[in-house]
Amino acid sequence: MFPPKWIPSAIHWENFVHAWTIQSFNTFLKNSLIVTILCNIGQLISSSLVAYGFARFRFRGRNALFMILLATMMIPWDVTMIPLYMEFNMLGWINTLKPLIVPAWFGSPFFIFLLRQFLLTVPRELEESANIDGASAFTTYLTIFVPLMVPSLILVSVFNMMDTWNDYLGPLVFLNDASKYTLTLGLAQFRGMFGVDMTSIMAVTTIICIPPLVVFFLAQRHIVQGIANTGIK
Amino acid sequence: MNALPASRGRLHRVRYRRGRLTPYLFIVPWIAGFCCFTLGPLVFSLVISFYDWPIVGSKKFVGLQNYISMFTDDPLFWHALGVTVKFALLLVPLNLVVSLMLAVLLNQKVRGNGLFRTIFYLPSVISGVALSMIWAWVYSGEYGLLNYVLSLVGITGPDWLRNPNWALAAMVMASLWAQGSMVLIYLAGLKNIPADLYESASMDGAGSVRRFFSITLPMLSPTILFNTITSIIAAFQQLTLALTLTGGGPLKATYFYAMYVYENAFKYFHMGYSAANAWVMFLIVLFLTFLVFKSSSLWVFYESEVKQGADNKR
Repeated sequence: MFPPKWIPSAIHWENFVHAWTIQSFNTFLKNSLIVTILCNIGQLISSSLVAYGFARFRFRGRNALFMILLATMMIPWDVTMIPLYMEFNMLGWINTLKPLIVPAWFGSPFFIFLLRQFLLTVPRELEESANIDGASAFTTYLTIFVPLMVPSLILVSVFNMMDTWNDYLGPLVFLNDASKYTLTLGLAQFRGMFGVDMTSIMAVTTIICIPPLVVFFLAQRHIVQGIANTGIK
Repeated sequence: MNALPASRGRLHRVRYRRGRLTPYLFIVPWIAGFCCFTLGPLVFSLVISFYDWPIVGSKKFVGLQNYISMFTDDPLFWHALGVTVKFALLLVPLNLVVSLMLAVLLNQKVRGNGLFRTIFYLPSVISGVALSMIWAWVYSGEYGLLNYVLSLVGITGPDWLRNPNWALAAMVMASLWAQGSMVLIYLAGLKNIPADLYESASMDGAGSVRRFFSITLPMLSPTILFNTITSIIAAFQQLTLALTLTGGGPLKATYFYAMYVYENAFKYFHMGYSAANAWVMFLIVLFLTFLVFKSSSLWVFYESEVKQGADNKR
């Protein structure tokens, strides 16, 4: 097909249906959704708790621990990949979705950093008044700080959703059975098998791109502001 | 982590009478995750890098042998490292300059700049794999978009991804495309520059070029530092693109270091050797970061150093 035709002669919606049914993309979609949603819930809960701990308390070793947290962002994925594979293998988690989900429930340094930067801007008086009322630290976190954090949490959620939805290396290393594949891994394997069937590949590619695009459009205005709040300097 | 202080200052005890444990309870998820998914694997990775460690069969302690053979009799190590360095040298400066130009343009107050911002961020939203599929089509020799455009001006383009001379350049271009997050970080930095600086400069008769070099660049230098470091790290870890677009080919022209590490582990199952490879990469990245940081005192301008004594509370 050269030169390519830019104005399609007719729109073939059946390409989408055709592409979707060659492989079990429904299963891949289900797996991607499970991973993305569960990671997101875990990430929001754990990162906000940890960020609150770092931002609103003084305790022995806080700064050292926070430096360690920042330093872990620099560790290349390649260094921990092999031991993680062995660890998950020992736990019997290889070829399940657990290696993709469970770590998200322990917080991610970048999101913790982002939320902490925001929490540092909240004036002290807020929890002092709560202290006088005798609220526990957890109640203060839940009733005062979580509502304040909502815009930042939206940002974390958007970034995290895109990261997990688009992740390719994690699924590639930890999954080997087609019934466990996520969409990105499914698409890559699909291309390997049907390398020249461009219409089908593009149809699936388009479908994969839609959810992140929708999320991005919905959250657009929070994104630049949220990054500005982190005050990267 | 479990190092609870035996005694603490009186002041603290008064303020946090509800227990010293409370802050640790909040951060315990990260500490647990750090131990299980970062520190543990990090130490373990270092340990197995001193072993001949096949995925099945017996492991053997070999001391520094993995490191020695990497440097002395593995041409592929040097090749992969060379490819990655070339890639980083092309990508990082281009990335910094192009993203900065885009950010400055997108920061102009014109109608519809929200729309433009969205358009430039879009490629970053799309998955690495989906993006690879799109680039595979753009770069295709026979029916690719790029060669079609080139043919309009009478140039017969190469088969980009199958031509060893062009494949790496094609990868650089594809990576450049997905740097929306860097543009966003620049944009956020630009927003933090006080407008009165520009106003007073304009009143003194500084033109837009002068304003850019005398205000924007110095005020943005901390952001540039941040972006330099993150983009060096990202360039050294590039893997998805190589795996999905070229498979490291043609003639290993896009055989990135991260791919070398990956294949040694999961294709040839030399776990020990691969761990050693990864550690060498980690040390290189650390060293480069250190160099950039060292150099930063020469070119990074911190506003707070001028404004003396903001808050020293933290």
